[in-house]
Amino acid sequence: MKPGLKMIVLVKQVPEIEKVRFDYEKGRLDRSSAGAVINPFDLNALEAAVQIKEKTGGEITVLSMGPPQAKEALKDALARGADNAVLLTDVKFAGADTLATSYTLSCAVRKLEPFDLILCGEKTIDGDTAQVGPEVAEFLGIPHVAYVEKILDVNENRVVTRSRMERCYYDIEMRFPSLITVTKDANTPRLPTLRDKIKARKAEITIWSADDLSDIAHEAIFGASNSPTRVAKVYAPLSSKRKAVFIKGTTEEKARQIASLLAELVL
Amino acid sequence: MPAYWLNLCFKVKQVKKTGEVLVFAEQEDGEVHPVTYELLGKGSELAAKLGVELTSVFLGCGISEKAVELIQYGADKVYLYDSPSLETFDATRYTTNIVELVKETKPEIFLIGATRIGRSLAPRIAAALRTGLTADCVDLNLDKDGNLIQIRPAFSGNIMAQVKTKTRPQMATVRYKVMKANKKVPGRKGTVIKKKVKVVKDTGTKILGKIKSDEVNLAEAEVIVSGGRGLKKPEDFALLKELAAALGGVVGSSRPLVDAGWIGKEHQVGFSGHTVKPRVYIACGISGAPQHLFGMRDSDVIIAINKDPSAPIFNVADYAVIGDLYEILPLMVKQIQKIRSRRKTR
Ligand SMILES: Cc1cc2nc3c(=O)[nH]c(=O)nc-3n(C[C@H](O)[C@H](O)[C@H](O)COP(=O)(O)OP(=O)(O)OC[C@H]3O[C@@H](n4cnc5c(N)ncnc54)[C@H](O)[C@@H]3O)c2cc1C
Ligand SMILES: Nc1ncnc2c1ncn2[C@@H]1O[C@H](COP(=O)(O)O)[C@@H](O)[C@H]1O
Repeated sequence: MKPGLKMIVLVKQVPEIEKVRFDYEKGRLDRSSAGAVINPFDLNALEAAVQIKEKTGGEITVLSMGPPQAKEALKDALARGADNAVLLTDVKFAGADTLATSYTLSCAVRKLEPFDLILCGEKTIDGDTAQVGPEVAEFLGIPHVAYVEKILDVNENRVVTRSRMERCYYDIEMRFPSLITVTKDANTPRLPTLRDKIKARKAEITIWSADDLSDIAHEAIFGASNSPTRVAKVYAPLSSKRKAVFIKGTTEEKARQIASLLAELVL
Repeated sequence: MPAYWLNLCFKVKQVKKTGEVLVFAEQEDGEVHPVTYELLGKGSELAAKLGVELTSVFLGCGISEKAVELIQYGADKVYLYDSPSLETFDATRYTTNIVELVKETKPEIFLIGATRIGRSLAPRIAAALRTGLTADCVDLNLDKDGNLIQIRPAFSGNIMAQVKTKTRPQMATVRYKVMKANKKVPGRKGTVIKKKVKVVKDTGTKILGKIKSDEVNLAEAEVIVSGGRGLKKPEDFALLKELAAALGGVVGSSRPLVDAGWIGKEHQVGFSGHTVKPRVYIACGISGAPQHLFGMRDSDVIIAINKDPSAPIFNVADYAVIGDLYEILPLMVKQIQKIRSRRKTR
C-alpha cells in the first residue's frame, strides 16, 4: 500500500483586483497599491487537496512560478494545509505566456516525481485563460478533467469527480497520475488559524531557478522571448462607455416607462 | 530524459498564407453548439481575406448528417471523425485525432469555441503542437501582413488586450454570441472527408455517468432578470421570477446570493459564473462589481435598478432607475401584464 496520495497544487500569486488601478488613457495598470494574494480559485484547489489528504492521508506540495515575492503566497498556502512549497523564480522565466508557463511548471513537476494528483484552479483572475492546467497535463502526458464542481470519491488508486460541460454533468473516474482543475463550487476554503500562520512564517520554501531545471528542461522554452504569444496592446473595454438614461418621475411613472420600454424590446 | 522533452521547440515559422482556416465544430449529445456556426461565420470572413479555404473538424458518433449543415453555414470542407469512441467528449481522444489532422493540413488559423469543452480541449491541442493559444477572444482581425489580431478581456475584464501569435497555427478560443453566423445556405457545395479515427483505448478516464442538466441555461437566455444583495431574503427572488415570467425570461443572480445558498450556482452571472449576452439584462439590487460586470456588460440592453445613485452598475447601464426594487418591481410586473392583455384583446 502506498502511504497516501502525493498531491501537487499549482498556485499563482495575483494582485488584488479591487485595488489595481487602471490607467485607461495610457493602457497601463498600476499594481503598486494592490496587495498580492493567492489566486482565489487556487484556494479551492488547495482546499480540495487538504480534504483529500484528510481522507486518504498523503502529502501536499504547492508549486508556483513567479517573482521572489510569491514566497508570501506559498507561506499562506503552507498555513492553509500544504506540507511543502516550491517556488520557481528566475529572470529567465519572466513574462512567460501560458505555453511557456505550463512548460516550466511541468518540468518542475517532473523533478517532484512521483506524484498522484495535480490540482489547479479553474483559472486565474489576472491571466484568466484556464489554459495552464490542461497544458501542464499535456506536457506531462497525463489525463485531466477540467471544471470539477465536486469530488465525489477518492481512494489511493483513483478519483471520481463531477464536472459540468455545456448541457450535461459528467461523473468521471480517473486514475493517477492525473490532473484536475476545480471551480469555486467545489468547496469553501477554510481560513488558516493564527497558530498555522505563525508556523508557516518560519517554514522553508524551496527555490528553483532555471539552472535547477536544466537536467529536465530545454532552456529555449522559458520566459517572454520564447513565448509564442505576445500582448501587443492593452486598452479599456469599449462597452464601458455606455451612457445611462436616468428614468425620472414617481415610482409609478418609472415603472410605467420601463415597462413600455421592455414591451417594445421583447414582447 | 525522454526523447519527448527534446522535441520541444517554439521557433518562429515563416508566414505562408497557404494554410486553411480551421474551425472546431463542437457537439454535445449530438447537438451542435451554436458557437460553431458563429466561428464558421468569422472563419469564412478571415479565410476570404487570406484567400484560403475554410475547413471544420467534427468529432462524435452518428453525426454525418450534421456535417452537411456545417457546409451550409460556410465550411468548404469538413473533416469528419465518426466513431463510438468519440461519442462523449474526452480530452485525450479528441486531442489525439485533432493534433494528427493539424499536422497533416497545417492550418494558418484554428478557432475553437470558448465553451467549457473548448477551453478544456484547446490548451491540450496547443501544448501538443507547441503553439500559442489566446483564450476567450471577443474579436478577431487581420493585420496588414495577414497575421491574426486576437482581442480578449484580461484582469477580470478590467482591460482589453490585443494578442499576436508567432507560431502556427494561430489558435484562439472565441466567446459565444460575439461573432455573427452566416445565413444557412441549403445546397451550398462542399466536401465531407471521412477521416480514419484513431481509437485511444485507455485514456485513464472512465465516464461513470452523464446527466443531462435541466437547469436554466443563462447563456442562451434572451431576457435575464438578476438579483443581488439588494434582496433581503431568499423568498424575495419570487419578485424577480414574476418579472422574468412576464417577459419570457429567466432569473440570474450575483455571486453572494449563490454562495449563501439562496439560489443555485447555475443562476450566477459573472467572472466565476456565466457570461451572458441577452437582449435585455435587468440588474436589481446589484452594485456592479467588476466581477459581475465581466459576465453581463456586453448584453444588448442593460437596465439597472438600484437605491444608490452612485452604484457602479449605472456606468454600464443604458437605463438607470434609482429606487427601491421592492416598490418598483411589482409595479413593473403589473404594467407589463396590462400591456400584454391589451395586445391580446386587439
Ligand atoms: C474571484 C472572484 C470572483 C467573483 N465572481 C463573481 C461573479 O461571478 N459574479 C458576481 O456577481 N460576483 C462575483 N464576485 C463578487 C463581487 O466582487 C461582488 O462582491 C458581488 O458581485 C457583489 O454582489 P452584489 O452586487 O449583489 O452585492 P453588493 O455589492 O452588496 O450590492 C448590493 C446593491 O444593492 C443595492 N440595494 C440594496 N437594497 C436595495 C433595494 N431595496 N432596492 C434597490 N437596490 C438596493 C445597494 O445599493 C447595492 O448597490 C467575485 C469576487 C471574486 C473575488
Ligand atoms: N505562474 C503560475 N504558477 C503556478 N500555477 C499557475 C501559474 N499560472 C497558472 N497556474 C495554475 O493554472 C491555473 C489556470 O491559470 P490560467 O491559465 O492563468 O487561467 C491556475 O488556477 C493555477 O492553478
